[in-house]
Amino acid sequence: MTDPNSTPASLSEEVEIPESISGLEPVRSVRSPIRLIYDFVPSPPVQEYLRSYKKKKILGHRSPIDGAVFVPPRGVDPRHGVLIEESVELSDTGHVGNFCITHLPIPGRDDLDTPYVSAWIHLDGANVGFLGLVSGCENDEVHIGMRVQAVWKEEEELGNTAENILYWKPTGEPAVPIEKAGNRAWDQADE
Amino acid sequence: MSELEKPLRAELTVEYPFTRTTGKVIGAFMTGLREKRLFGIKRSDGSVLVPPLEYDPVSSEPLTEMVEVSQSGVVETWTWIDPPRPQSPWDDPHALALIRLDGTDTSMLHAVLVGSRSEMRTGMRVTAQWKEERVGHIADLEGFIQETEEVHS
Repeated sequence: MTDPNSTPASLSEEVEIPESISGLEPVRSVRSPIRLIYDFVPSPPVQEYLRSYKKKKILGHRSPIDGAVFVPPRGVDPRHGVLIEESVELSDTGHVGNFCITHLPIPGRDDLDTPYVSAWIHLDGANVGFLGLVSGCENDEVHIGMRVQAVWKEEEELGNTAENILYWKPTGEPAVPIEKAGNRAWDQADE
Repeated sequence: MSELEKPLRAELTVEYPFTRTTGKVIGAFMTGLREKRLFGIKRSDGSVLVPPLEYDPVSSEPLTEMVEVSQSGVVETWTWIDPPRPQSPWDDPHALALIRLDGTDTSMLHAVLVGSRSEMRTGMRVTAQWKEERVGHIADLEGFIQETEEVHS
């Protein structure tokens, strides 16, 4: 049996390639994609959240413990493990809590022209951010605290999906100070 | 407005488009597939592993001697696939079998196409069927079909 403590020999460079293929261009790599296709059925709060998008409304959930508002609504306050039943309609305005400029294309997302900006959007009245694209300005103008508003699809294209929001555009309002941007606002509210 | 709304559902796909480097041994096996040839690798006791491994599974010694092997062999065990899976080589129901190629000492997992489940049996002789267009991938070997008498004799 193999001694598990022994160091494995390095892969031999002396592999004898049979003559019948030795002069040919060797295969050096293989594509081996892994794919998981599944049927997603959202929980009741998320069903309500997705349906509200069709009416250009963004729903959050308000915690019964301290009034913190979560978006998307999940039906629970994960900090306290309590159920949430109170929905709140949120504004489609907020600020950039954090962002990232992506220069490499993502396979399967041909709709995204690189470089693009993805950001944590902190809606007015919400205590957590959610992900969105920022556009309508130069990428290097995007900054933490920048005020933004949703740009929605045309009425006739609206569906039960968060994709109704094409991207978030700057409003030109004064920026949220960096010390109050993103989750920092929540940290301070707790004090 | 008492109409009960049907729950929303969506088909989602998570996909990782991996490309794996093959190394010399697996690379030679894949090159062979592209050329409609099957290769195994010889252990120090003369036994042959198909598909080839880079290391001896018992002694961990690097293996280096690649040998061409037969394209026909025997079904050691099998299961019936009906309906066919998205990755299946054929649109018709078929078997997935462990096939021990003649002169080799391990069995290889691949698909076997027969007319119906009742034609499938352990011990049956099968032979490789290749795709017309090959790129150096295990799917170049479309699968195995029943060996005809001419081939056997």
